[in-house]
Amino acid sequence: MIEILNVSKNFGDKKAVSDLSFNVVEGEILGFLGPNGAGKSTTMNIITGYLSASSGTAKIDGIDILDNPTEAKRKIGFLPEIPPLYPEMTVKEYLSFIYDLKDCRFPREQHLKEICDVVKIGDVYKRMIKNLSKGYRQRVGIAQALIGNPKVLIFDEPTIGLDPKQIIEIRNLIKMLGREHTVILSTHILPEVQAVCDRIVVINKGKLVANEKTEDLILAVEGSRKLVAKIVGPEADVLKMLKATGGVRYAEILGKRDTDSISYLIESEDKVDVRKSLFYSLAKNGWPLVGLEGMELNLEDIFIRLIDKEKNEQGKRKRGLKQG
Amino acid sequence: MIAIYKRELKAYFLTPIGYIFCGMYLAVSGLAFADTTLLEQSTSSLPTYFLYMMAIFAILIPLLTMKLFAEDRKSRTEQVLLTAPVSLTGMIMGKYFAALTVFAATFLVNSFNFVLLFQYGSPNTASIFSNILGLFLIGCAFIAIGAFLSALTENQLIAAVTSIGSIAAILVVSFVADKIGVQWVRVVLKWFSIINRYAPFTNQQLDITAIVYFFSLSAVFLFLTVRVYEKRRWS
Ligand SMILES: Nc1ncnc2c1ncn2[C@@H]1O[C@H](COP(=O)(O)OP(=O)(O)O)[C@@H](O)[C@H]1O
Ligand SMILES: [Mg+2]
Repeated sequence: MIEILNVSKNFGDKKAVSDLSFNVVEGEILGFLGPNGAGKSTTMNIITGYLSASSGTAKIDGIDILDNPTEAKRKIGFLPEIPPLYPEMTVKEYLSFIYDLKDCRFPREQHLKEICDVVKIGDVYKRMIKNLSKGYRQRVGIAQALIGNPKVLIFDEPTIGLDPKQIIEIRNLIKMLGREHTVILSTHILPEVQAVCDRIVVINKGKLVANEKTEDLILAVEGSRKLVAKIVGPEADVLKMLKATGGVRYAEILGKRDTDSISYLIESEDKVDVRKSLFYSLAKNGWPLVGLEGMELNLEDIFIRLIDKEKNEQGKRKRGLKQG
Repeated sequence: MIAIYKRELKAYFLTPIGYIFCGMYLAVSGLAFADTTLLEQSTSSLPTYFLYMMAIFAILIPLLTMKLFAEDRKSRTEQVLLTAPVSLTGMIMGKYFAALTVFAATFLVNSFNFVLLFQYGSPNTASIFSNILGLFLIGCAFIAIGAFLSALTENQLIAAVTSIGSIAAILVVSFVADKIGVQWVRVVLKWFSIINRYAPFTNQQLDITAIVYFFSLSAVFLFLTVRVYEKRRWS
């Protein structure tokens, strides 16, 4: 449905995006993940035709955004990073303007009403946009993207600056929209894509770092995460057993934190979840597990991990070439 | 294009700017009119009135054009315009015609001043009509210049100041041109000199080359505006 083909974009000397390619299949919600300045907005601006790529192109439903911009744009609903709202208009006037702008063919009143119901802005329909809260503005921004019922929706950091309750509401809304649309959703927050997306594309410094199914990516970055286990039992024996458990790369004693249990740090191999086998072997030995906590990885750790992985693989490939 | 035209037109009156333009225009040009033609002690004449009007345009037309593109660029609303299925030319013409409509409506209302002249005497109708037409075409060209300058910045104040400066410069050029020694510079400056072009209208002629000149002046600046957007998309 969306093809990004070798897109590069330079701003003067600065390479914002370099040779980026990926596809989004019909009906998919794609998470577009990367730290600030990675080139997410730039890529989305190229897909939607706001910017032109320095080289490469994007196709929407088979239509090239450079060859036939008007037709391609008809298929896209876009919510930019800053919602493109006119503060001095009412929600009704604004949506009606967008309806005209997109040269929409659906019956006006009904179409706008349906959209307002979906994004739940009926109660502020006649209010001026400048008087709306941030959450409502974001919804009006989404409503704007939905006008004309485009096949493809592109949302640039739609939850940025919202409070936790609003974030959850917007996520659920996007999840629901994903049932009938193909969606690209950019974010720099990992749990966000985890909650909503079928597949995740990670970029860093304009380059592709990963393009995987959500489960696989989460496993890749979290499977090897560190666990802290509180176990009651003889210190040395427990540690020996932990180290012997399949999938455990490393274990150490953190110290006595509770009255009778001892804390251990356990690091697992990549893509392996050791929690189950850990539980069974402890149970077999009759050593109660009284606490198990994951040490959260932050986004930086994840990027470093993904990028290191990429480098290692590249290195391996290069070495392979030299030898072969 | 029509959607953008309508929104832009409405926007003039959602903010005070539309009212300020109409009010100032009618008030100041009324004074100029009275001063040059109606008052008994008036020593000047109709041509002086039209010169006054051009000076008034230099200050008031930038009020209309300063926000045309700068505002959308600053607030990022241009993203919705440029990613909608509308051509760049359509977007720019929509905005241009919105400014032109506010100008034309005020201009038309103001032109009723001339009816007064017929009550006090029998002025030269042909002269009045050709002058009005010439003045209107000059207004259209100034709007295009202001629009172009608004597309170059996201700061409305800068757009306004550069527009006032450029329009004033174009007006002044006609007076300076004659005094320049180097011939080709003089020729170039005279080409830009709106007042020289305007001369035939004062002499009651509908000079086709002058009409074409004013239209091409507008067209050139609108085309340049399109180029600004294209260039920015690729840069
Ligand atoms: N108009 C521009 N001119 C110059 N540099 C830009 C421009 N837009 C973005 N950049 C640069 O390109 C890089 C990518 O930016 P962006 O796509 O906004 O990243 P993200 O959305 O992932 O945070 C950044 O380093 C940013 O500074
Ligand atoms: Mg961004």
